[in-house]
Amino acid sequence: MQALYGQLLVGLINGSFYALLSLGLAVIFGMLEIINFAHGALYMMGAFAAYFLLHYFGLNYWWALLLAPLIVGAFGMLLERTLLRWLQGLDPLYGLLLTFGLALVIQGVFQNYFGSSGMPYAMPSQLRGAVNLGFMYLPIYRAWVVVVSLVVCLATWFLIERTRLGAYLRAATENPTLVRAFGINVPLMITLTYGLGVGLAALAGVLSAPINQVGPLMGADLIIVVFAVVVIGGMGSIMGSVITGFSLGVIEGLTKYFYPEASNTVVFVLMVLVLLVRPTGLTGRAN
Amino acid sequence: MASITENATPTKNRSMADEIVGFIVMAVLLAAVPLTGIYPYFVMQALCFSLFACAFNLLIGYSGLLSFGHSMFLGTAGYFTAYTLKSWGVSPVVGIMIGVFAAAVLSVITGAIAIRRQGIYFAMITLALSQLMYFIYLRAPFTGGEDGIQGIPQGMLFGFIDLSNTNTLYYFILAVFLLAFLLIHRIVNSPFGEVLKSIRENEPRAISLGYKVDQYKLMAFILSGTLAGLAGSLKMFVTQNASLTDVHWTMSGEVVLMTLVGGLGTSFGPIVGAFIIVAMQQYLASFGQWVMVMQGVVFIVCVLTFRRGIVGEIAHYFKRSL
Amino acid sequence: MAEAATVPVLDVKGLQAWYGESHILHGMDFQVRPGEVVTLLGRNGAGKSTTLKSIMGIIGKRRGSVLFDGKETIHLSSDKIARLGVAFCPEERGIFSSLDVKENLMLPPTIRAGGMPVDRIFELFPNLKERLTSQGTKLSGGEQQMLAIARILRTGARFLMLDEPTEGLAPVIIQQIGRTISRLKAEGFTILLVEQNFRFAADLADRFYVVEHGQVIDTFASGELEANMQKLHQYLGV
Repeated sequence: MQALYGQLLVGLINGSFYALLSLGLAVIFGMLEIINFAHGALYMMGAFAAYFLLHYFGLNYWWALLLAPLIVGAFGMLLERTLLRWLQGLDPLYGLLLTFGLALVIQGVFQNYFGSSGMPYAMPSQLRGAVNLGFMYLPIYRAWVVVVSLVVCLATWFLIERTRLGAYLRAATENPTLVRAFGINVPLMITLTYGLGVGLAALAGVLSAPINQVGPLMGADLIIVVFAVVVIGGMGSIMGSVITGFSLGVIEGLTKYFYPEASNTVVFVLMVLVLLVRPTGLTGRAN
Repeated sequence: MASITENATPTKNRSMADEIVGFIVMAVLLAAVPLTGIYPYFVMQALCFSLFACAFNLLIGYSGLLSFGHSMFLGTAGYFTAYTLKSWGVSPVVGIMIGVFAAAVLSVITGAIAIRRQGIYFAMITLALSQLMYFIYLRAPFTGGEDGIQGIPQGMLFGFIDLSNTNTLYYFILAVFLLAFLLIHRIVNSPFGEVLKSIRENEPRAISLGYKVDQYKLMAFILSGTLAGLAGSLKMFVTQNASLTDVHWTMSGEVVLMTLVGGLGTSFGPIVGAFIIVAMQQYLASFGQWVMVMQGVVFIVCVLTFRRGIVGEIAHYFKRSL
Repeated sequence: MAEAATVPVLDVKGLQAWYGESHILHGMDFQVRPGEVVTLLGRNGAGKSTTLKSIMGIIGKRRGSVLFDGKETIHLSSDKIARLGVAFCPEERGIFSSLDVKENLMLPPTIRAGGMPVDRIFELFPNLKERLTSQGTKLSGGEQQMLAIARILRTGARFLMLDEPTEGLAPVIIQQIGRTISRLKAEGFTILLVEQNFRFAADLADRFYVVEHGQVIDTFASGELEANMQKLHQYLGV
């Protein structure tokens, strides 16, 4: 039984990353009409930022939680300003191709300097150990990851759906020209939105660092699963992306317990099933 | 909105003459390769990838569908051909047919699933499906997992032509490639191809004219996947090695890059692109992961400033049909 | 007799505009003076909407001169033009479906002091007050038009451009909108109106410009209308 709860917890954690990443992807896609293939690489950069902050600046995990998303987010905004800006008005497939190229560049650079294997990142002392819940031992850090992810996802949802800033974002997603004609600096909004999406990915990277190794390849396979999550969930609603992300993580965890050989592929199989039954995804609008 | 197929071969005003001349020039140049000092192994590899890219181009250039999972066809056919050649000892032609058939079956199944969405979603779905195949092949016993299948025998073509002779193998690969190229050309210029192009240019109109658009797209997908499989099967004779690399998403990315660099939707672009990318990999192999960085840079540069690709730019500049 | 020359709120000279390859405006020349209601009349495709969009800066390519309060705006981006005090109500109304009525109303930022306070807006448009939490696009056509006008009144802009505000609306609603525009005029707003509905415009406007093929071909003051009915019928094909 312990093993089952253990896998469920791992599933929730993976689900947290799926949720954070698909949320970022959806936010970016809504505003920029770009599927950010570089999202996995930026997640990886978040983890590396935490690593660098610790090993070169002596700044611990708590600093990294704050700084890494800001730093990588700023880098993302630079990318948007210099490269993605030019894709406006073009077929969205070009956006996919360009961000794919970006992913190759980022991953390639890191692989050159750090090889393909991962480096360990120490778990912060305050979050080590486990709590005995009676029916299982709950590792504190893993619970922390799930809680932080939930909070961040809900905060993002709240920001977008319930605040004035979020209203600007939703309006600009729908009709950027008109929003600009009201006097709002839409290009700046777009840059900031990309930064937000990237920041979410980087945050996931920091959260991931103590439990997965920090390595150049950590984002590559993950992004493809996140794509499948996005196809299943649709990008029509924020809450939808979040719920789908967590759910698929849990399903993956359960599969790992009951039928381990399929755990790598269950998300893709589910994607196939969803496509056969409901092509636009569970929450998406028609293409 | 500028569509990704805006530079593709137009439906009207095509000059067959340009393309015939191009074909003859290409065939002659390629036929002469063994007489020069060029390393035939490199050219054979490039030819296999050229076919792969031409097959990919059939889908994006003429139907406007960007598949990000084409490696699944290359790899599937490769594995089936490799296994039957090595473990069942079938003749080359049978081995190729089995591989191509496997790719065809896969393309029917995946096509039926993927065609339900378009554009970006189609790309993501094909990528995910290809990743699914990757994990299946990782575990499947017949593929040899991470080790792959090595030492694939080249065998005797039709029972008497020895394919382990480099020149002989070269002409065999070249012959298949040229035939496949002609086949693709035939498909593109057939009534079926014309319908595809009209769907690409104005899908709502094609629907209103009564065409069952999804069926055409699916057919194009199947043809594309099957021919990609042919490339994968052929490749087994050249590399004598089947591995997971052939089903990895980086391979899917590479064929996109080849076609983008050469020119989406042009007849000769994928070939030019394939040669360039294969050359880049061979001669820059010592630079390790910088090859990946360079490929990424090429992607970025092409999308921003060079969307027509090499052949596309030439064709545009000289106002020819290539 | 010396009359202080009033700087026109809007002074358009030689305005040209393109939609992609199509050359729509071939040199528009007209003015709007403070407190006036000016109407652009013309057939479909004459370039009236394009003119408004060009002034707002949301057209792809434009050339010429558009002076707003004496300032050249031809090179400015639309957000900068809006912040100078130009408010735009587009033909399709542009109510956001992902926002509720309140968010739609509050969306355009205040660009200067003196914007209409929200309770005053609810006085002018009582229906909106009842529907604050409805999704923007669930409102009827007339209500959406009210909302589209209401939200730009909040911003403090004194120059309003209204593109076909009565299009597709029932006569009762059209009257309501007409009364609203009269009240705005009485409060000193300057309004540039594009209207197909000639009768509607005739009651409100001080001056008319007739637009054909992207150029102004004629102009009347409201007093001269009756005398030129024949010409107008010809121009508008009604």
